[in-house]
Amino acid sequence: MRKKLTIALAGNPNSGKTTLFNNLTGARQHVGNYPGVTVEKKEGTFKYKDYKINVVDLPGTYSLTAYSIDEIVTRNFVIEEKPDVVIDVIDTSNLERNLYLATQFMELGVPLILAFNMSDIAKKQGTKIDQNKLAEFLGVPIVSTVATKKVGTNELLDEIMNMAEGEIEPKKVVVNYGKEIREELENLEEILKKDRPLAGKYPSRWLAVKLLESDEDIVKKIEKSSFSEEILSTVEKSTAHLKSIFDDEPDAIIADRRYGFISGACSEAVSRNYETRHTTSDKIDKVLVNRILGLPIFLGLMWLVFRFTFKVSEPLMGWVEMIQEWLGNIFGGLLPDGSAIQSLVVDGIIGGVGSVLIFVPIIFLLFLAMAVLEDSGYMARAAFIMDRLMHKIGLHGRSFIPMLLGFGCNLPAIMATRTIEDRKDRFVTILVNPFISCGARLPVYTLFIGVFFAERIAGNVLFSLYILGMIVAVVMAKIFRRFLFKGPASPFVMELPPYRIPTIKGLFIHMWERGVVYLKKAGTVIFVGCVLIWFLSNFPWQPKYSKDYNTLIEQAQENEELASKLENEKAFEKMEKSYAGRIGRAIAPVFRPLGFDDWKTSVGLIGGFIAKEIVVGTLGTLHSVGEADEESKTLRQALQNQKRSDGSKMYNPLTAYSFMVFVLLYMPCVAVIGVIKRETNSWRWPIFTAVYTTVIAWVVAFVIYQGGTFLGLGL
Amino acid sequence: MREQYLPLNMVSSGKKVKLVSVRGGQGIRRRLNDMGLNIGMEFKIIQAHIFGPCIIAVDSTRLVLGRGMAQKILVEEK
Repeated sequence: MRKKLTIALAGNPNSGKTTLFNNLTGARQHVGNYPGVTVEKKEGTFKYKDYKINVVDLPGTYSLTAYSIDEIVTRNFVIEEKPDVVIDVIDTSNLERNLYLATQFMELGVPLILAFNMSDIAKKQGTKIDQNKLAEFLGVPIVSTVATKKVGTNELLDEIMNMAEGEIEPKKVVVNYGKEIREELENLEEILKKDRPLAGKYPSRWLAVKLLESDEDIVKKIEKSSFSEEILSTVEKSTAHLKSIFDDEPDAIIADRRYGFISGACSEAVSRNYETRHTTSDKIDKVLVNRILGLPIFLGLMWLVFRFTFKVSEPLMGWVEMIQEWLGNIFGGLLPDGSAIQSLVVDGIIGGVGSVLIFVPIIFLLFLAMAVLEDSGYMARAAFIMDRLMHKIGLHGRSFIPMLLGFGCNLPAIMATRTIEDRKDRFVTILVNPFISCGARLPVYTLFIGVFFAERIAGNVLFSLYILGMIVAVVMAKIFRRFLFKGPASPFVMELPPYRIPTIKGLFIHMWERGVVYLKKAGTVIFVGCVLIWFLSNFPWQPKYSKDYNTLIEQAQENEELASKLENEKAFEKMEKSYAGRIGRAIAPVFRPLGFDDWKTSVGLIGGFIAKEIVVGTLGTLHSVGEADEESKTLRQALQNQKRSDGSKMYNPLTAYSFMVFVLLYMPCVAVIGVIKRETNSWRWPIFTAVYTTVIAWVVAFVIYQGGTFLGLGL
Repeated sequence: MREQYLPLNMVSSGKKVKLVSVRGGQGIRRRLNDMGLNIGMEFKIIQAHIFGPCIIAVDSTRLVLGRGMAQKILVEEK
């Protein structure tokens, strides 16, 4: 029987936690070069001696305040799950800052081991550390490691064993905050201990410090305590008292004392012999983040990214299409002809899910290109370059990266907003992200631009849609920042990681991690959605027809043309009488002022709520042209020739453009709604997003259509 | 002596400075503390501009300070 152990890896971003995690568990987790890569905690297990060890890789944090979600995730895990050992991975070349986090773990009273990682770099820089002395000062064991070279892993494991077996008695070293603060802390601790359940869960010393630091999350927890009044009034008194002594906020004094404690320990145990040198990274930065060249270089790189994505994905998409067709034929042949089950498998599942899988190449390649930018360290520079522009809309550089990812798929993009510390900034970034035109909306554009616009302007029309999406996102961000999420711009501090040459393995892991989110969506939500759409547009299976088609078709055996005409008529009537047809008819008038009041289009838009790529598939099904994709000639003709009841043409370039604008802007797909729910932790924001984006889509399409008609562009 | 203190975005690139104080808001100072910068510490300006974000070097770390933030950080040139 093996004994079980849980260890947690914590530490600053970019300190090499994930590399260490991979070394320990043999896993292949993505190691990034952009601060805040590990947004969710990752777990892995391995066996060592007679232990089964569960390792949790926590998000990288600089501190344990309640400033960002990462920090709350980290500290809640450590407090609530009580891991047997916490390993704080320290970037030895940035000792003081990394120890700042360590002091906070010490305060939490957790069983702590410091892994002095990147010790080779520190040595090269001329830092000499007397590890035993420093460990003595801090009261925690120190193991030096070089995770990238797998040095020190075994020593670390042995230290973990020692600690787990209770061979090391952790010394309680606490930061000396000075007499005045200490008195207030002790006073507070006494009162906090009265609340037994609270004191059982949290170390009272830590709670007291956090309260003096006016930590919002802890204050909220205290408010639920039965002693909340007494506690909070004492905190208030203490704070006022300390303010009067120090003429400064208590949290500033606390931070000061922590740094004092660290530099005290370091001055005894660490000797340094170096100047801040200009590194290779600084030299590269002279060009890449140059005030004049930075922006054009960035735009150039973006252009390359998109160029690469679309060029390379083109043939790949063809292959996916071939496989889909092949599968359709096989299954179509196996199942009884004309049966509901054949229709479900071939049209509903293979056709529907296939029309989604076709975008896998685009999305994966875009994420691959982004991974190159991220792993090389350029993405952090891009955030820096865009800060100046983002500042104008009340956000900052950090919000820019999720926008870029949105061009692939809004799902991972919204998940990436976790690196934005400020709640307001984060919410605004989430709310406007759906306007960034994701890969799934592309087929709708391709189809309609292909049918209604001349080839020489096709590229510009497409480009204008992407730009329009960005403009709407920017305008809405500004409006939200002004009215819904008021307040001063949040502080923006970010680490610029040194440039690194990305590894092929790293790039592929990275691409996979983001892309798989999209694949999962295709496998779950979209699968169900396709079946649902298929059901709605095929049932009732045997509607009451206006004519007895079967007899008529039989009679027309001789005349093939008439027979096929009757077949089409029958299919059309069936569609019209299906549930989807009825729903489409009911909502179509809403789109009358936008120029596309066709019930089939309306059904397509409903399908688009399940996934935007379904719009094309649904239109294909509804125009009863069998398998439809953006290349299919028959669907193109059907759209071109479609007429209203008064004989006028349904679509012209203007209505087509109005329709595309609507598809670009209206409510995001259900998967995005789901992820907004998860990331904002309430139903309020996803519902709000679905409603407001649809209203905006309607208004913008209205302005475009009516304005265009007024200018005489509609003919 | 007070005239020697400058907001970070007014210092020219390449200078060594000492952090004197942070104007406005606990949030900013706390953030700086977390990132390894405390009052009295010295660091080097890699890139600074009145209308833009700044890049500074604290030990071997390079930090970006957003435009709004750089204006609120007072430093003393060394």
